[in-house]
Amino acid sequence: MALKMVKGSIDRMFDKNLQDLVRGIRNHKEDEAKYISQCIDEIKQELKQDNIAVKANAVCKLTYLQMLGYDISWAAFNIIEVMSASKFTFKRIGYLAASQCFHEGTDVIMLTTNQIRKDLSSPSQYDTGVALTGLSCFVTPDLARDLANDIMTLMSHTKPYIRKKAVLIMYKVFLKYPESLRPAFPRLKEKLEDPDPGVQSAAVNVICELARRNPKNYLSLAPLFFKLMTSSTNNWVLIKIIKLFGALTPLEPRLGKKLIEPLTNLIHSTSAMSLLYECVNTVIAVLISLSSGMPNHSASIQLCVQKLRILIEDSDQNLKYLGLLAMSKILRTHPKSVQAHKDLVLQCLDDKDESIRLRALDLLYGMVSKKNLVEIVKKLMSHVDKAEGTTYRDELLTKIIDICSQCNYQHVTNFQWYISVLVELTRLEGTRHGHLIAAQMLDVAIRVRAIRKFAVSQMSALLDSTHLVASSTQRSGICEVLYAAAWICGEFSEHLQEPHQTLEAMLRPKVTTLPGHIQAVYVQNVVKLYASILQQKEQAAEPEAAQDVTQLMVDRLPQFVQSADLEVQERASCILQLVKHIQKLQAKDVPVAEEVSALFAGELNPVAPKAQKKVPVPEGLDLDAWINEPPSDSESEDEKPKGIFHEEEQRHAKQQLPEADEEELARRREARKQEQANNPFYIKSSPSPQKRYQDMPGVEHIPVVQIDLSVPLKVPGMPMSDQYVKLEEERRHRQRLEKDRKKKKKKDKEKKGKPRHHGSLHTESDEDITPAQQVDIVTEEMPENALPSDEDDKDPNDPYRALDIDLDKPLADSEKLPVQKHRNVDNSKSADKEDVPVVEKKIKKPKKKEKKHREKEREEKGKEKEGEDLDFWLSTTPLPAAAPALEEPEVNAVITAPKEEGEEPRREEQGDEEEDDDSERDPEKKSSKRKKKKHKKEKEERSKDKKKSKKKKPPSDKAAEPVENGALDEEPLPPMSSYCLLAENSYIRMTYDIQGSLQKDSQVTVSVVLENQSCSFLKNMELNVLDSLNTKLARPEGSSVHDGVPVPFQLPPGISNEAQFVFTIQSIVMAQKLKGTLSFIAKNDEGSTHEKLDFKLHFSCTSYLVTTPCYSDAFAKLLESGDLSMSSIKVDGISMSFQNLLAKICFHHHFSVVERVDSCASMYSRSIQGHHVCLLMKKGEKSVSIDGKCSDSTLLSNLLEELKATLAKC
Amino acid sequence: MIQAILVFNNHGKPRLVRFYQRFPEEIQQQIVRETFHLVLKRDDNICNFLEGGSLIGGPDYKLIYRHYATLYFVFCVDSSESELGILDLIQVFVETLDKCFENVCELDLIFHMDKGGLSAAPARAVSAVKNINLPEIPRNINIGDLNIKVPNLSQFV
Repeated sequence: MALKMVKGSIDRMFDKNLQDLVRGIRNHKEDEAKYISQCIDEIKQELKQDNIAVKANAVCKLTYLQMLGYDISWAAFNIIEVMSASKFTFKRIGYLAASQCFHEGTDVIMLTTNQIRKDLSSPSQYDTGVALTGLSCFVTPDLARDLANDIMTLMSHTKPYIRKKAVLIMYKVFLKYPESLRPAFPRLKEKLEDPDPGVQSAAVNVICELARRNPKNYLSLAPLFFKLMTSSTNNWVLIKIIKLFGALTPLEPRLGKKLIEPLTNLIHSTSAMSLLYECVNTVIAVLISLSSGMPNHSASIQLCVQKLRILIEDSDQNLKYLGLLAMSKILRTHPKSVQAHKDLVLQCLDDKDESIRLRALDLLYGMVSKKNLVEIVKKLMSHVDKAEGTTYRDELLTKIIDICSQCNYQHVTNFQWYISVLVELTRLEGTRHGHLIAAQMLDVAIRVRAIRKFAVSQMSALLDSTHLVASSTQRSGICEVLYAAAWICGEFSEHLQEPHQTLEAMLRPKVTTLPGHIQAVYVQNVVKLYASILQQKEQAAEPEAAQDVTQLMVDRLPQFVQSADLEVQERASCILQLVKHIQKLQAKDVPVAEEVSALFAGELNPVAPKAQKKVPVPEGLDLDAWINEPPSDSESEDEKPKGIFHEEEQRHAKQQLPEADEEELARRREARKQEQANNPFYIKSSPSPQKRYQDMPGVEHIPVVQIDLSVPLKVPGMPMSDQYVKLEEERRHRQRLEKDRKKKKKKDKEKKGKPRHHGSLHTESDEDITPAQQVDIVTEEMPENALPSDEDDKDPNDPYRALDIDLDKPLADSEKLPVQKHRNVDNSKSADKEDVPVVEKKIKKPKKKEKKHREKEREEKGKEKEGEDLDFWLSTTPLPAAAPALEEPEVNAVITAPKEEGEEPRREEQGDEEEDDDSERDPEKKSSKRKKKKHKKEKEERSKDKKKSKKKKPPSDKAAEPVENGALDEEPLPPMSSYCLLAENSYIRMTYDIQGSLQKDSQVTVSVVLENQSCSFLKNMELNVLDSLNTKLARPEGSSVHDGVPVPFQLPPGISNEAQFVFTIQSIVMAQKLKGTLSFIAKNDEGSTHEKLDFKLHFSCTSYLVTTPCYSDAFAKLLESGDLSMSSIKVDGISMSFQNLLAKICFHHHFSVVERVDSCASMYSRSIQGHHVCLLMKKGEKSVSIDGKCSDSTLLSNLLEELKATLAKC
Repeated sequence: MIQAILVFNNHGKPRLVRFYQRFPEEIQQQIVRETFHLVLKRDDNICNFLEGGSLIGGPDYKLIYRHYATLYFVFCVDSSESELGILDLIQVFVETLDKCFENVCELDLIFHMDKGGLSAAPARAVSAVKNINLPEIPRNINIGDLNIKVPNLSQFV
């Protein structure tokens, strides 16, 4: 060890790698902390060195220490350094450490944005992967906003490995940056049909997770998921989808009907327990959502219950557990089917596994009826006695109370019994739920008038018994019941048998050991009690006795005046003064009882929990308006609170403690607030009185003392609930006899004493039992005109709320993901506007017509595509093979196929100004819009230009246009178009453009603009090409290679429209020409003729390139890698400016500029099959030279030829 | 969603801890301790689900765990997960570790923290699993059948 310390720091780094650290920690079991702090010092030294390997090793060790609980946030900057290492092994360590310790509060995290972006666009999929993985753990709103677009691009990466990760991380991005959801959603949706099962499953997961939180926005995806569900064999995906349907069905009952059959089939066929279980779960959800009108539902329920019973009876505890869990869901809507399995549930109550017992308890809730409530509660009470863990015992306690109090005490027929159960529960030492019992006691006593007498007698006994007060010294929660007991005895003191005794019990010195809020209630209720005793004594004309009581009060109250609790102190001193005053009056023989009782006159009614919230705002009252003008800023901040305190002081001045300073007053106010919470007057008005209790300091942290309860404690003088069970049974028996007698008399009289406000869910057998007392359950008061609202339960702080976004609305322009842009984009835009306006105005008219036409056509298409429309889908008969409904009519297949790639230029061409009026729900449209974000600038140019081309202007090849990252110059660029002439005759003119997509490596989309140049009406257009071995036209299924593909529209004179055709390609390294024919019928006044137009479709190598942004370091790395073959060209005699040249090449050949220095620029592009193409273009005096590097030499030389041709035209 | 993956030994020493939700280090340790005490109390022959500890998540969360020799593997998941599926996932995870280290034991986890094995295995199992995403790893496994043989581990290790 000592030797090591001496060694130079450079040596040390090689000494201790992670293994050494771990070994060291194991060898220093006794002084681990010391050893680790020593290691951390070493690590700090290592981090100061320049060698990245040393740093990486240090960070690696820190990661381990972080796991052991050491804070490593101080090394955040070093972690970033390691993240930016070029070597993958180091980078990975960096990202691992970052994912472990970075979070939103890490301030250096903003430094990572560019690094991460660089890694995301790295040519190595593992760099990208590790960046995505790491990012998912520490993404912040800022990172999400800045990187959303990059990640979205990665969703279309060629490697499934990356696509999968990108899809997954989008979820985190949505959470942090909800604005990205709408723009990204169409692509996410596409991924549901990704050929790679991993990616598909990732997309399913993400959408399920989103939909779980806000299901209604995802209903429109139901058909798609349904298709997946019926076709997928991947159980993981199936489980997710089935779970998702479970969330969707409550919103759309029709969906449920559709689901039942396939789900039932799955239940019967699957061998995987987990899938079976999820199916059952969803079927349950469906059944819950459906009204029980349909006849065959009972069969489904039976099937579910049957399967669940098999699970519950299984010896595997896990299945048993899940079975019970699912059963409890059925219980809510179909209690009868579950009640049949009561035996099983009761059996599970005795299981040795606590989790299972808890689940069984849940089920009991729905199994009780008037008949068996007593029996079940008795069983639970015996469990309470046996239960060993306090958690389980507490759970039992809450369950007993839940069961009894459910639906307004619907099942309780004998409240004496219930009160005695509650009293018995007070024997539980160490429970946290004392307040729960207390709340029940209060609730019952207030709302069931008939029971008050009995309740008061029980409560006075409770107050008398010492064990509760004693327990308070251990800060046990059970003393909370005294709160209820004291209040009940005070409020309903007229029912007390021996009020004097109770009064004494409440004034015992031991009471002062109780928690403050309980003492406060004691003090208050002692006065109520006192008032009623006074009255009693005065009526009985026993002034002596009355004076004795007063003396007792005067003697005992001072102990409360000395209380440390402000509330108790205040009340006690107030009351003490009052009693002293009464004493004086009594001495003069003045009758005071009337006046004292008047203090507590009136009855308290229970108030509904939400009553306060539901008081409607009176007309003309503006709650947001200022009552007084807000204080001006000039006022110092200190003054305001002072003012408040001042007022406060005045108010309290006449009360006690005139010496109280501001601080104390503030404290007192706090105490008063608490008192309000605890005041029985507020018993129902606060949303959850129980919760408030929990918030109180001390209650939660009460140390729990285990007491062996094998011998149940007896509360002296307390009737056991069992007695009432017997009494109740006898009573019922008597009742039955009586009823039989009545029946003999054939008189069907209405039973007396039927509770007025019982819930509506009676079973016939239940009604046979009449309650023992005249039970008057007082309904809770609600304000008049209370507004019905169901939004009470929504939590405004729910983080998922932000994701409640309508996804079916078309994207607006403003909803674009931020893309890195060069500063002068605006420049060129404005320059452009100056150029174009004249043309634009001219365009407008024909444009509109065209628009209308297109709209109409789109509508038609929309109708054809109704298969995707949810309503349509749902209204079809629920065949198991409903999936075909999704398939589109054949005619459309060609047209729509490319659309699904989200790359169709036709939509792009429609320019932004059209968006507002023709934005139907066409979902595909979004995808094109999404693309717009990326190439927004470019597209604007293009669209304008295309309009021009429609105005019979030849597509200008001479023009040049700024490409987003090529636009470095100030010089305005003329617009240009990528469309070039295909063929032309007197009838029709065809221009076309070819586009590839990175997602489909063997497909390109050819967009052909057809323009009617004649005054004939053109119809029945059909396009056909002679396929080559390499390039083939994708035809609708079932047609032969000789069949043409119909163009899905007709052309009136002067109108142009665009059709898209998909071609499959095998090799892309060579350019190709395909001969083709367009045949059509031209119809005019003189009749119709059959016409033909031949053309040659030129697939240049350029058309296989897709503009892909690339960062300079990734670019450099790519060039260094040496995998690329190189070639170059030189063209002389070029006069065009370099900027225009660059823009032109970028635009027509789909390159993006990586870097540009003066008259030299490097460019990058990628082919649809993943070839990298790098160019270096230099401009000399009158010449341009281009060096190219590419993964495929043939492709490169062909590309260079094409470039040469382009340049030669300049 | 998987919220956290915890691996600790019979004495509660963390061997691998991964949170997908930010908690400060002390809270993380507290969660590990609490979880440890929760699972320690349970016999091996009772069910593997635990309704959440107080620290992670609310009522929506479950702890799903398995106990192998000296190690506990605990996954904290929310209600969007299939319980049985996660149990299988743990099995796959352990089998994978087993393939990485040949007869995996606790010491492997300790000593190979950095080896492609460990820092990667959790990261990958997890990246695969992340946000509840077990895309391809167990793709051929019939969930529910616990005697799974993982056919396609190469992409995982």
